[in-house]
Amino acid sequence: MAPILKLIAQRVALGLLLLFMVSVLIFIGTLILPGDVAQSILGQSATPEALANLRRDLGLNDPPVQRYFAWLGGVLQGDLGTALTSGQDIASVMWARLGNTLFLAFWAAAISVPLAIFLGLLAVRYRDRWPDKLISGVTLASISVPEFLIAYVLMFFIGVKLRWLNPTAIGFRPDADVFTKLEAIALPVAVLTLVVLAHMMRMTRAAILNVMQSAYIETAELKGLTLFSVIWRHAFPNSIAPVVNVVMLNLAYLVVGVVVIEVVFVYPGMGQYLVDHVSKRDVPVVQACGLVFAAVYIGLNLIADIVSIVSNPRLRHPK
Amino acid sequence: MIRNIPLAAMVGLMFTGLYFAMAILAPWIAPYGMAEIVGDVWEPSSPEHLLGTDNIGRDLLTRMIYGGRTTIFIATVATLISFCTGSILGFWAAVAGGWVDQLLSRFVDLVMSIPSLILALVILSVMPVTVPVLVVVMGVLDSTRVFRLSRAVAVDITVMDYVEAAKLRGEGYRWVIFREILPNALSPLVAEMGLRFIFMVLFISTLSFLGLGIQPPEADWGGIVKENADGINYGIGAALYPAVAIATLAISVNLVADWVLNRTTSLKGGR
Repeated sequence: MAPILKLIAQRVALGLLLLFMVSVLIFIGTLILPGDVAQSILGQSATPEALANLRRDLGLNDPPVQRYFAWLGGVLQGDLGTALTSGQDIASVMWARLGNTLFLAFWAAAISVPLAIFLGLLAVRYRDRWPDKLISGVTLASISVPEFLIAYVLMFFIGVKLRWLNPTAIGFRPDADVFTKLEAIALPVAVLTLVVLAHMMRMTRAAILNVMQSAYIETAELKGLTLFSVIWRHAFPNSIAPVVNVVMLNLAYLVVGVVVIEVVFVYPGMGQYLVDHVSKRDVPVVQACGLVFAAVYIGLNLIADIVSIVSNPRLRHPK
Repeated sequence: MIRNIPLAAMVGLMFTGLYFAMAILAPWIAPYGMAEIVGDVWEPSSPEHLLGTDNIGRDLLTRMIYGGRTTIFIATVATLISFCTGSILGFWAAVAGGWVDQLLSRFVDLVMSIPSLILALVILSVMPVTVPVLVVVMGVLDSTRVFRLSRAVAVDITVMDYVEAAKLRGEGYRWVIFREILPNALSPLVAEMGLRFIFMVLFISTLSFLGLGIQPPEADWGGIVKENADGINYGIGAALYPAVAIATLAISVNLVADWVLNRTTSLKGGR
């Protein structure tokens, strides 16, 4: 087998192992409660019968290991169980919502990634001049600001004061046409873009600066190549790996940002589903959502890993 | 000493000090009681109510002052927990090496492979949401970051001759960790502390905003945003005040942390 395929297979296997361990951790996370899960779900005033029923429904009478494998077996077959509060099948509800969340995240990524790379290059081009300083300043401000602040500021001024766009994503319905959907998510996408943009820009800047300072770039400049061909032939191929890494890390960050943003804009996605059911203490839904979020997060990191292997000959042919 | 502080750090120190002073002196400087209903719903600002009133007619300035107290208190305690567990375990992993190091490091890798907000939500779905539980959950989840840093710092220190000498002298782990490594690892850790503190402020605010942090009638900044969020749709900006407070606190702590980091890493500034 080609060494590169072997390397990738190893990474994927490691990722799967990690995902398996994460499922154990998520399962244990819902077990560590001192006392009785059923009691804490129903509250102090619950009748003994209700408690007994819930314990039976949750399978709390079985030992934890058996419950874990029953749960895992279901998950592997696409059966995530049923929600305690509504009795609905979690998988069918969640797939629809996951689609909505990915729709939102996709547009946020489609706008923020090219913009961040372009601005990062701009910062490198005008290093230590005002565009660069401005970018550093904005970055410092944006990592200090909670996502919901950006969301409410935009909602307040653009949605309510200026009335350019709908302040919430209420207009987002499954049967709406694409333009209505895009109009509904315009503000959330803008917020998510702002949340990841500055960070991505700064990391892109650092990655490219790192490459630009290496000796072979100096050689290329000294032998009289134009700036364009230096960047295209020498800097760009070497900065693919770090930049893809930056992008993937930020997309992973986007996955978490989405949770808060969906709640702010009342967007029917995974994040809102998770938060709703945490406050209702609906454990099966929370476990399922947690697992899916973790899987997406690990998957994006895995892609970053694989891209950096593929794009770097030194990693591709290890000694 | 004062003259050497750059302007940005000075401003940061001033605002940080102001917020901490407000947090400590809250009961004396707040004009009204924390949960006291003193006016109409969402009154605009007036001489009696400088920031106006909130969604059920409480004085917003009072809520903000008490809210800041809760936010800062929780963030501080969680940061301390995160630092104590993270750095001691990190040093221990570095000094002990072998299977202790492997076990701790792999476990930290595992926890860090899940976004901490998601893991916190999973845990809080079964735990009673009280202040001690919140502080411990936040502190423990965040200690993974401190673990990574302090292990990395300590691994470099453990190979130093004086640590070797202490080990040959027959000192135990406790001496090596607290007397040899800790004093030398302190400055990067202190700079990191500022960043962890900001992260905690954002974390507790986010949890409260999602309704899973501080429970009403107690206030914290994230909770005040949540309470007044409905006002946004009517053009009432009450929810923006706490959000701005979080941002200014975070930025000013960041400025201070940046300065500390530059001071400890630059050769000229040195101690």
